[in-house]
Amino acid sequence: MSSKEAESFRLPPFTAKAHKFWLNDAKQCFIMAIIALKANKMRTFLTMLGIIIGVGAVIALVSVGMGVKSNVTNSISSLGSNMLIVSPGSSNRGGVRGAAGSMQTLKYDDAEAIKEKIKGIEYVSPTVSGSYQVVNGNMNWNTSVQGVTPELMSIRSLTVGYGSFITQSDMNKRQRVAVIGTTVATNLFGTENPVGKNIRINNQPFKVIGLLESKGQSSMGQDQDDMIYIPLTTAQERMLGITYVQSINVQVTNQEEMDQVQAEIETLLRQRHHILAGKDDDFNVRNLTSLMEAMSESTSMLTILLGCIAGISLVVGGIGIMNIMMVSVTERTREIGIRKALGATYDNIMLQFMIESMVIGIVGGIIGIVLGSGASQLIGKLGNFTTVITLLPILVSFFFSVGIGLFFGIYPARKAAKLDPIEALRYE
Amino acid sequence: MAEKDNRHVTIKLTGIRKVYKIGGEELAALDGIDLSIHQGEFAALMGPSGSGKSTLMNILGCLDRPSTGSYMLDGEEVAGLSDDKLAITRNKKIGFVFQNFNLLSRISALDNVALPLVYAGVSKKDRLERAMQCLQAVGLSDRADHQPNELSGGQRQRVAIARALVNDPHIIMADEPTGNLDTKSTKDIMEIFEAMHEIGRTIILVTHEPEIAACASRQLLVRDGKITRDAGKGVVMDVI
Repeated sequence: MSSKEAESFRLPPFTAKAHKFWLNDAKQCFIMAIIALKANKMRTFLTMLGIIIGVGAVIALVSVGMGVKSNVTNSISSLGSNMLIVSPGSSNRGGVRGAAGSMQTLKYDDAEAIKEKIKGIEYVSPTVSGSYQVVNGNMNWNTSVQGVTPELMSIRSLTVGYGSFITQSDMNKRQRVAVIGTTVATNLFGTENPVGKNIRINNQPFKVIGLLESKGQSSMGQDQDDMIYIPLTTAQERMLGITYVQSINVQVTNQEEMDQVQAEIETLLRQRHHILAGKDDDFNVRNLTSLMEAMSESTSMLTILLGCIAGISLVVGGIGIMNIMMVSVTERTREIGIRKALGATYDNIMLQFMIESMVIGIVGGIIGIVLGSGASQLIGKLGNFTTVITLLPILVSFFFSVGIGLFFGIYPARKAAKLDPIEALRYE
Repeated sequence: MAEKDNRHVTIKLTGIRKVYKIGGEELAALDGIDLSIHQGEFAALMGPSGSGKSTLMNILGCLDRPSTGSYMLDGEEVAGLSDDKLAITRNKKIGFVFQNFNLLSRISALDNVALPLVYAGVSKKDRLERAMQCLQAVGLSDRADHQPNELSGGQRQRVAIARALVNDPHIIMADEPTGNLDTKSTKDIMEIFEAMHEIGRTIILVTHEPEIAACASRQLLVRDGKITRDAGKGVVMDVI
């Protein structure tokens, strides 16, 4: 080789700037990690699958659990979870106490006053009821007849299947109209559409204006469809001949305000009924909050339980990462030796392998979130069931999977970083 | 070699011993090595297997530490440095060429050449530019995007030489660089080493082939952990 050719090896002098590895080469490590992970696509995928299933399961199961919770909450709400029931107290004449609700002090005006004067109330519906023989042609049935106001429909979450519900105008005119439940309809009309027909309640003619959709049994085992609703005023004046009401249902807007509203109603009614301080109330106010709390607590437990079971699979996925990273370190001993010979420090190698296992965690986590949310939607669609996806389980399981990638990457990465370059270079 | 004495001493080994404990017995792989290598020297390290040649090579390459003794590399004591300090020293001062090339198989020739600069903390743009210059020097700029398995043995070794040059090291350590190559490639690679020597690079070449060693300006024979012969250029030493 001539001197002229040798000149081509006279490279310009090159001085590397000071070590500033972290900033510059976390990116380089990331690229290397992607290359390494792509080199073993199937293995990377299987390793990720552990995290994907883990994160997916957490999100899907927690969303199912929260769906159950919201279902239970809704069904309790439809029973009237935000409902306060004001009923008259028992009469006490000469030491002889009557049945609960036997006093006649609760008036329609009390209901109006509650509605006007107390804040945080959605609906107020006073009711009266009685049990009567109901007749249509040659068929008859004994059922509960309730005198109600139009608001009851919202409070009880009633849905009218055919026709309409009682209106304010029916109330004002004391109309003889009735809205009947499906059990009553079946017993009086068979399969016939009852709307527009006349029935006789306690020998008085009523026109059926609406048929309710079936609500089934209540949680107390009562048939909620075996019911006839007529206007309150009609019931009071034309059927029962009374001026008082037997209960007032109050729907409170916010569950948190239940106690406050209850206290305000008590104060208001004591004023209106001129009850002196120290004397007993002539009414009772009851609520269903404690039932609600118990149910909500048990469904929260269910959600936590499901989340924990899914969390276990996430940890198992993490162990999968560790397993594969260990294999990867052994397989790449030579590569590590080369890198160390070329000047990679402990931190350099550590960072490279940590980033690799973190990439598995991050990518697996993201795919898991997508699949988990999809699965939750699918469960919702197929099972005709509400699932609730919230940000919290998504964030928690994502950061958990990244954390797992980090944690289970530490040991293999340390193993790699501690390799002796001579031994590593000799490794076949 | 009196004329070389006034040149800069790049490597100075004094009383280097490397002792391994096998069972209860102590085995000295290197038993008191004193050696100076000047800047621009092309030294061939020879010796039969088990002579301590590889151990000496590892110590010279800062891959290993001596049990006792002093190793001044470019005026700095490196015998007692920590693993990380040794790594940084290798990165800055030593370029390696191995028998089996030791290129990373999944990245391109250019990226392989640039790899030491990654650990030197050089920005991506600068290191690719520098790596390209080095590939050009070994005549492989047209193969920059090829992966090592798309290159011939001779080409791979040229990539490895480019990588050894990339950080402008004080010494190039070559461990049997032609051991896996055919005659033609061997000739090409040795020409490159000679060319590098000609422009003043310090080269230490480990080989067991006398013809290869004959290219060097100085031949060192290691036997039983000691340097037993130290001869000038052109002398074909009988190793065995």
